[in-house]
Amino acid sequence: MSSASEQVDIRSTLRLWGASPVIVLCIGWLLAMILIAIFADLLAPIHYTTQDLTARFRPPAFMTGGSADHLLGTDHLGRDVLSRMIYALRTSILIATLGTLIGAVMGTLMGLAAARFRGIVDMVAMMLCDVQTALPSLFIAIAFLAFFGNNIVLFIILVSFEGWERYARLARGLVLSEQTADYIRAVEAFGAGTGRVVFQHLLPNIAASLVVQATLNFPGTILLETSLSFLGLGVQPPDTSLGLMLGEGRRYLLNAWWIAVLPGIIIFLTTLAMSLFGDWLRDRLDPTINKEG
Amino acid sequence: MKMSSLKAIGFRAVRSLVTLLLCVTLVFVILRAAGDPSEELLPPETPPDIRQEYRVQWGLDRPIVVQYLNFLSRVARGDLGESFASDLPATELVMRAIPKTILLGGSAFLLATLIGMSLGVTAALRHGTAVDRSLIAAAVLGYSMPVFFLGILLILVFALQLRVLPSSGSSSPVHLILPTITLALPLAGRVARFARTATLEVMGKPFIRTARAKGLGQLAVILGHALPNAMVPLLMFFGIEIGLILSGAVVTETIFAWPGLGRLLVDSVNMRDLPVVQAVILMITLIIVLSNLFVDILHALLDPKVSLARTLGGAG
Amino acid sequence: MSASLLHARNIARSYELNRHIWGNASVVHAVSDVTLSVGRNETLGIVGESGSGKSTTGRLLLGLESPTRGSISFDGRPLPVIGSPEWRKSRTRMQMIYQDPLAALDRRLPIAKQMREPLDIHQAGNLQERETRVSELLRAVGLSDAVARRYPHELSGGQRQRVVLARALVTRPDLLVCDEPVSALDVSIQAQVVNLLSDLQAELGLAMIFISHDLRVVRQVSHRIAVMYLGRIVEEGEADDLFARPAHPYTRALVSAAPVPGTKLGGRIMLRGEPPNPANQPSGCAFHPRCSAAVARCKSEMPALAELGGGRKVSCHLAGSPSENQADPSPARTRVPLNPVEAASEDVA
Ligand SMILES: Nc1ncnc2c1ncn2[C@@H]1O[C@H](COP(=O)(O)OP(=O)(O)OP(=O)(O)O)[C@@H](O)[C@H]1O
Ligand code: SF4
Ligand SMILES: [Mg+2]
Repeated sequence: MSSASEQVDIRSTLRLWGASPVIVLCIGWLLAMILIAIFADLLAPIHYTTQDLTARFRPPAFMTGGSADHLLGTDHLGRDVLSRMIYALRTSILIATLGTLIGAVMGTLMGLAAARFRGIVDMVAMMLCDVQTALPSLFIAIAFLAFFGNNIVLFIILVSFEGWERYARLARGLVLSEQTADYIRAVEAFGAGTGRVVFQHLLPNIAASLVVQATLNFPGTILLETSLSFLGLGVQPPDTSLGLMLGEGRRYLLNAWWIAVLPGIIIFLTTLAMSLFGDWLRDRLDPTINKEG
Repeated sequence: MKMSSLKAIGFRAVRSLVTLLLCVTLVFVILRAAGDPSEELLPPETPPDIRQEYRVQWGLDRPIVVQYLNFLSRVARGDLGESFASDLPATELVMRAIPKTILLGGSAFLLATLIGMSLGVTAALRHGTAVDRSLIAAAVLGYSMPVFFLGILLILVFALQLRVLPSSGSSSPVHLILPTITLALPLAGRVARFARTATLEVMGKPFIRTARAKGLGQLAVILGHALPNAMVPLLMFFGIEIGLILSGAVVTETIFAWPGLGRLLVDSVNMRDLPVVQAVILMITLIIVLSNLFVDILHALLDPKVSLARTLGGAG
Repeated sequence: MSASLLHARNIARSYELNRHIWGNASVVHAVSDVTLSVGRNETLGIVGESGSGKSTTGRLLLGLESPTRGSISFDGRPLPVIGSPEWRKSRTRMQMIYQDPLAALDRRLPIAKQMREPLDIHQAGNLQERETRVSELLRAVGLSDAVARRYPHELSGGQRQRVVLARALVTRPDLLVCDEPVSALDVSIQAQVVNLLSDLQAELGLAMIFISHDLRVVRQVSHRIAVMYLGRIVEEGEADDLFARPAHPYTRALVSAAPVPGTKLGGRIMLRGEPPNPANQPSGCAFHPRCSAAVARCKSEMPALAELGGGRKVSCHLAGSPSENQADPSPARTRVPLNPVEAASEDVA
């Protein structure tokens, strides 16, 4: 009945807003970051590559010597830090989002295949997961980048390696237990093919856990991207990312701390908000995912 | 030792070996997929005849299977070629860097345990109070802090503003302080969360209730009974987190110019000193696989049935 | 009796347990040497204790699992290999009803979508025709069209089982296997669902296999009944006749433990000893450790399933003259009277 389901909706929405103020704040922050990333072109005062060598190391407006021309100061090439941060945010969020999506899809597909086909497929999938566990994604990424050189497509794929094995293990476990359920047996008894069973029935029924896993995984993906860029192995100039800004600004800490510290704060707050949001979502939707996930 | 424990350990050992072999294979695949190793692994200025000699010596003119077996036997012997940058064997550079990483990782491990355990246990004892909540918050802040950002903040405050601690190098024990804190704090956050959960769990166990009934104070109970019982899970926790610690070490060592494995890796990548990159990656794999095996052995000794089921279920 | 639609010859199914690298597999003989057949317009009841292999037999007969030995033919032809295109096609002709209707439905899809699914899978007709068929069947099981838009959790237990039944019938199957179709339902609505099942069976001329451990329910819907013990059929016969004159000691114990309307109380035969374990089967007659009539021969020699005439088969050394039960042979397949209030509330859509 429509009135009954409406009631449920209102109640869950209320619960959402009844969530602790901290969670509301986190959601607000994340939404703000996403909007800034989407509307970077409109929001950035100056283009992020525009140099003004006469205005190098200008402090932010709130410090003595700062001016409203450059609200958050300028860097060693006289580029506007605020504008650069807005574009860097766009790059970082774009890469992390793509990376998370690719990783989630690949990992989930592998887990599904392992659980559905068992046997050799399962064995190979689990061995690959073991390899990923034995070689953290940072090292796999460094190895590939060292041998293949840097390009953005490769970089995004490498970032997507972060945590794919967790989706694979999670999806595998969920499917193994779910596919013995009568509703799956029933659909199979109607002669449904693997595609229908998996995509029409299994996937929707385990999706909540996978979404929670993706949320929990997202901070790790951002950290992988920013760490690699910080080390100079990720996003390359003239493009910029939050990690790259930190890496560049690190050399000018003594005179111009803001170049490194401001993007650092953004990274920190964003990963923090995402972790808290993910924890909260897990407690709401899926208390079964293990806490150290 | 029970039969089932032995089985579980045996199975895990085999599995670790397989994983190790797969990692080595992965490195081989990356190496071969990237191009001709005589181009990749020899310095750019190498004359053509030396390159040819190298091809023959490494069997690059032979079928790929032979090359692979060759590669395996060289890896097994620790012969991974010479560094372009220093003419030293890559393995030797790795061996020199390892003690530094162990020193850094070890002190971070101790510091993280100290901070994390005291915060976690305190939070558990004050379960549900404001103290508990603020400690949880502190832990979350800790493990959400990117290592590179924390390192930069510490340098800014202690090296540049207060000028009390050095920001780079490894010439004295004082140099160890900032990198250790950088690596330890995020880890301490995770330990605290882990310790809180573990303590809460253990406090409900019968032997703790017995100890309490004997009139022991809460702290005495925790120190005398709960903590010793928590040591094994804690070791297992670190075994599992070793990958994270090593990843953190790459960044930390780079920021503080600490001459360990991580710094060696980043420097070698920047100089395209690929034999060294290869050697470091393989060494890291070895360390992680061995730690995981160690965790599994502990697990098997403690809880053979669960462990064997876990192993065979493939949920490892 | 009509010509048989489904015929199983000496089928067996065993499972290996604890099989891994270090061997020590133990084998469970879930079903051994079962021969049975069922025709159109006929309901065969299967009864037996938990673990006696009823569900396994059901899955084998439906071709959802392949027997380790023996053969099954359906409509004169052997069951196709599981997963093959012919097997997929054959699914429209044989269906299953599950014990827990909530578990048998996908909680994320509306009823209409799930009921249409067998038709979607086999691309039967166009969308319009499929939807017409779905509402036809909803009405046939006594539900209104409004149910179609709802989700499983929004229905009552009885309504859900009607939906499961309607879904199973949507492809016009010839054979229906019902595995404990009412035991998860509230006692007050069991009778309705049982009556609906036997009405539909008669109306549509289905061959039906009705599995249950509840003798009263089985007797009510079945024309013939097979009694299973540790994976084997120990007795089989016409429903009324079997109840009136059970020949096998195990059947006698079952019948006396479950007073059927019209049976005089008293004279209950208690089953003694351990409940059977299919991983560890006794020698000789599998029932001998619990049999009050056992003789020395029972321990060493397994009795064959012998014809006694009148469609009765029994596997017991002592059988030959089925003893008269005190039961007053009340006709089987009687409708259980419905409580009018429940009947009304059930059908509110
Ligand atoms: N897939 C399987 N793997 C291993 N053993 C199985 C499997 N299916 C059934 N068995 C075993 O076979 C035996 C018979 O099981 P089955 O489910 O057919 O009995 P049942 O008569 O339906 O019992 P119940 O009344 O409890 O449903 C049981 O001992 C069961 O444990
Ligand atoms: S054969 Fe013997 S043990 Fe088996 S049922 Fe008959 S009398 Fe009992
Ligand atoms: Mg059953």
